[in-house]
Amino acid sequence: MNAPAYNFAYLDEQTKRMIRRAILKAIAIPGYQVPFASREMPMPYGWGTGGVQVTAAILGPQDVLKVIDQGSDDTTNAISIRKFFAKTAGVATTTATDQATVIQTRHRIPETSLHASQVLVYQVPIPEPLRFLEPRETDTRRMHALAEYGLMHVKLYEDIARFGHIATAYAYPVKVNARYVMDPSPTPKFDNPKMDNCPALQLFGAGREKRIYAIPPYTQVVSLDFEDHPFEPYRFNAPCALCGAENSYLDEIVTDDKGGRMFVCSDTDYCEGRQAAGHHGSLSAAPYKEKAGSHG
Amino acid sequence: MTTIAELPPGFADKVLSAQSTFRSVMDAMARPGSVQRIVPMAGAPGPAMRGTAAIALTLFDHDTPLWLDERMAESSDVVKWLKFHTGAPVVQDSSIASFALISDGAALPSLERFALGTNEYPDRSTTVILQVESLDSGRSFELRGPGIDGVATLQASIRPFDLFERLRFNEALFPRGIDLVLVADDAVVAIPRTTRVVNKGS
Repeated sequence: MNAPAYNFAYLDEQTKRMIRRAILKAIAIPGYQVPFASREMPMPYGWGTGGVQVTAAILGPQDVLKVIDQGSDDTTNAISIRKFFAKTAGVATTTATDQATVIQTRHRIPETSLHASQVLVYQVPIPEPLRFLEPRETDTRRMHALAEYGLMHVKLYEDIARFGHIATAYAYPVKVNARYVMDPSPTPKFDNPKMDNCPALQLFGAGREKRIYAIPPYTQVVSLDFEDHPFEPYRFNAPCALCGAENSYLDEIVTDDKGGRMFVCSDTDYCEGRQAAGHHGSLSAAPYKEKAGSHG
Repeated sequence: MTTIAELPPGFADKVLSAQSTFRSVMDAMARPGSVQRIVPMAGAPGPAMRGTAAIALTLFDHDTPLWLDERMAESSDVVKWLKFHTGAPVVQDSSIASFALISDGAALPSLERFALGTNEYPDRSTTVILQVESLDSGRSFELRGPGIDGVATLQASIRPFDLFERLRFNEALFPRGIDLVLVADDAVVAIPRTTRVVNKGS
């Protein structure tokens, strides 16, 4: 038999139909978590099985796929998912944000602004923003039905009472289209403003928890806060050591055991693009030049 | 003597055709009022337009109860074609339907008769697929809501004429509500429950 061992983009057609119907309802009800019959995927939970299923359901042969993990195109998770779709769907892949039509992401939103012909697919570990405040699904579902989000404000208030400021730094809750409180997945709160009024469609897949949700393009996304403690995105107060960027989200890299450290852009494509355009940081290597007269 | 009536065909390549059709519908739902084209061709039985047929092949299966309007239900071509290609059960009770197919807009039943979802599960609602005369000429409608950058203008010839007045019930019902997909030949426009008509031109 010469038949391929699996379908285009791995999932069978019945599964894709089920996921596609869930995606359409998710778009129609922004921020609401649509239950779906999540499948076992050939990778463990926590490695992006929800995002992979959403990507598999939307992906076509014309698409150009980019996969990032914490902003990087080059980590194990990003590479294995990119290879998975290159193999099972034969799609073109890229690391350039502006050339991708579908971007699957774990825990970051690219620095480069997204455009209207792109879809951003998030891998979500825990889709329910209220889960750590109320463990019962029946109760959190009722709270969403009634738009009863007082508990979340109490949680943020307790941050202020204890630390003097809202200490939540990632998975910072947002309100979508003035109705549903939603978990933006564990992105740093630095990225929250990028979700608001974004031209690209944003889809969220949680494989273990079996939920799909969405933010349509040009939709209002507000980070929860208080009048006297307004939402503030956070970044290390330093330029990128490689490209000198002053406005990108930074990773802290420990360089020795004497307290040495460097800060570099978490978005590798953005950082490489800036370096290629001639921007330099304090630790970027000087361009290699052969020494004159060094030939023996 | 028996005559063998051939059913119109489904997609030539069901995997890639369904993907392409889905992306058109997804883009339509994500950008209400924008006209998307359905490229893959399938046979369209009886009163079903080719866009409707492609959507049926893409989204319907044994998990999706269907409600058909009178003209669709009376066409044995449609019923047999849907049964053969999708396997979706046709139901009489519109309030349990996942999808409703409406070929004759003038006979569109009251929207309250479809599934509206619950406040706990607003996704358990009927997606109404309504065939219309045209999605590029006719009255113009100004739309606002998620998915729309400011205002979107839709030019369409739609029956029932008071469709958008009827859809205003979505505003009070939210998050429950009806999501609508308009089809004219190969053109498709979606009006999810979040979309509001702000102004009706001439």
